[in-house]
Amino acid sequence: MNRMLELHNVHKYFGGLHAVNDVSFTVSRGAIKAVIGPNGAGKTTLFNLIAGVLEPTAGTILFKEQPIQGWKPHQVAALGMSRTFQNIKLFHGMTALENVMLGRHVRSRAGFLAGMLNLPGTWREERAIRSRALELLELMEIGEFADVEATSLSFGQQRAVEMARALATDPEILLLDEPAAGLNIYETAEVARLISRIRDMGITVLLVEHDMSLVMEISDEIVVLCFGEKIAEDVPETIQRDPEVIKIYLGEDEEVSG
Amino acid sequence: MEPFRRYIPVAVLIVLVVAVQVTTRLTDTSYYLTQLTMTAYYYLVVIGLCALMGYAGQISLGHAGFFAIGGYISAGLTTHNLIGLQDNALVALLHKFSLLVERQDLYGDTLLTVQPWAACIAAVLLAVLIAFILGGPILRLKGHYLAMATLGFGIIIAQIVLATQYFGEADGLSEVPPFRLFGPIEVSGSFGSRVQNYYIAWGLLTVGVVLLLNLINSRVGRALRSIHGSEEAANAMGVNTARYKLYTFVLSAAFAALAGVFLTHYNGSIGPSEAGVMKSVRYVALVAVGGMANLWGALIMGTILNFLSLRGVFGSYDDAVFGLILIVIMLFAPNGILSIKVRGLLARLSSKGEQNPGEQNA
Repeated sequence: MNRMLELHNVHKYFGGLHAVNDVSFTVSRGAIKAVIGPNGAGKTTLFNLIAGVLEPTAGTILFKEQPIQGWKPHQVAALGMSRTFQNIKLFHGMTALENVMLGRHVRSRAGFLAGMLNLPGTWREERAIRSRALELLELMEIGEFADVEATSLSFGQQRAVEMARALATDPEILLLDEPAAGLNIYETAEVARLISRIRDMGITVLLVEHDMSLVMEISDEIVVLCFGEKIAEDVPETIQRDPEVIKIYLGEDEEVSG
Repeated sequence: MEPFRRYIPVAVLIVLVVAVQVTTRLTDTSYYLTQLTMTAYYYLVVIGLCALMGYAGQISLGHAGFFAIGGYISAGLTTHNLIGLQDNALVALLHKFSLLVERQDLYGDTLLTVQPWAACIAAVLLAVLIAFILGGPILRLKGHYLAMATLGFGIIIAQIVLATQYFGEADGLSEVPPFRLFGPIEVSGSFGSRVQNYYIAWGLLTVGVVLLLNLINSRVGRALRSIHGSEEAANAMGVNTARYKLYTFVLSAAFAALAGVFLTHYNGSIGPSEAGVMKSVRYVALVAVGGMANLWGALIMGTILNFLSLRGVFGSYDDAVFGLILIVIMLFAPNGILSIKVRGLLARLSSKGEQNPGEQNA
C-alpha cells in the first residue's frame, strides 16, 4: 500500500465558480508533497475537500485506498488524517498542553458517563494523554510553554502547538495549510526543520504553501494549481525550470526583459 | 491526588449547607429554608445550562421549557384521576405493574394516579426525548440563530401549558402529592419536613455539581471546551462536535426537567409562569453572572440573587432587576462578577469621565 492519498478527477463548484477543475494526483507513503499556486488557485478548497470540510462535486478521493469523499472531518481524522490551518485555529481559553491533549481525543475513549462518574479507568487514560501531549510539545521544542494559554504565544509557537496537536491524533498523513504564512524567515526555517522531523517520524505530509523557499527546500514533489486546474506536477528542480510555472509566478516577462 | 482535588470546594459547599441550616435553627429563622430549598432546585437548571453555555458554548433561551416539561408532566400524571379509566387496558396494565397508586383526596374520594417515581421517570424521559429530537436540527445553528430557535421552543411550551386543559391552563396544576423517595424521606412542602427537604434539595444539587465537575474535567469536558474554542478545529481533530453538543443539550435538559419534577412536588403545584420566557432569560442571566464557564461562580452569585428574589426583595421589579443585571454584567464583567478586580473596575469607571483609555495609546 504505497499510495497514501489519491485524488481522481476531483471537481468542486461553488455556484458558477469552478474552484477545483479535474484535479488528480497521488501522494506516496512517507513523502512530502506540496501544492502551490497563486492566490485563488483553489489550494485551500482542495485541502478542505481532502479533509472533509467540503464535499467534492465530482471525483473520488481515496485515503489508504478507501473512498472518503462525503465523510465528516472527524471521521477522516479517526482514519488517520490530521491537519493544521492557514489562519491558526487553536482553542482559546485552553493552555498549549490542553490543546495538544485534545488531539488525543480520537485515540481515547472515556465518554459522558465515565467522565461524570470519574471512573478510575479514566484517570489512567488521562495520565497517558497528558504524558503523550507533553512528549509532543517537547518534540516541537515548546515544552516550556505547556501551561501558557495557547493563543497568547507567538505566531511561530502557535504553529508549533498546532502541529503538536495534529500529531497527537497519530496521523498517517498530515495536511499543513500554509505553515509559513505570517512567519519571518527565521521562523520559516524553524518550521521547515519541524516538517522534516515529522517526515522522519514516518508521517506523510501534504502541504499547501505560498513560500517558495520552504517548498523547494523540503518537498519531494510539487503540484502546481492555477485557476483550479493542475498545470504541473514534478520534483522541485523541474518545477523551478518549468516555463509555465515561471509565467504564473513572475508574470509575462517579455516587457521586463525587453 | 489529582482526580480528587476538585472535590475540595464540594466539601466546603457541604459544610456551608449544614452551617446555614444550623444557623437558621439557632436563630429561629428556619423559614428561610423554604426559599433556600427552591433556590437549590432552580440552581440545578442553572448548572446544567452552565455546562451547555459556558463549556460547550451553545446558548439556550428555552430551558424554562424543559423545566416545565418535567414539572407539568409529573404534576399531571400524579394528580389526574384515572379511576374512571380503570377498565382501560393500558391503565389496568399500569396498575398491574404497580405504577399506579390509590389514595384519598381531601374530600375522602378515592384517587387513582401514577406513582410519583414513575411520573418522575416519565417526565425526565420525555424532556430528554424532546431535547434529542429538537437538538438535532437546531444545534446546527449558531449564535443569534440558536438563541432565536431555543426562544421559539420556550414560547411553544409556555403556550401549550397555558392552552391545554390537562395542564390546568392559566391556573396550572395544584394538589400535587408528596414524592416519597425512600422510607420516611419525601419531597413535600409540609411544614414538618422543611429541614429534610432543604437537605434533599441541596443534596441533589451537590450530586449534580459533582457529576458536572467530573464531566468538565474529563476527556469529554476538554472536547466541549474545544468546541467553544474553535468548532472547526475540534472537528478536524476528531471530535464529533454535533454529537457532543447534542448530548450536552440533552444532559442540561434532563437537569432542568429533574429540577422541575422536584420543585413541583415541593411546592405542591406548578403554574404557567414557570414555563415563561422570562424564566429562561433569568437562567441565562444567572449563568452569565457567574462567569459562563464557572460552575462555582454561578452557584455563589445565583444563590444570593435567587434567594433575594424569592424573598421578594426586588418586589414587582424582579424581572427588571434581572434584566438590569444582565446588561451590567455584559458591559463590565463579561467573565462573571467574581472575575472583577475592584480596583480595575474603579479605574475603568473614573477613566470614562476623563478620556477613553484607548485614545491614550493612539
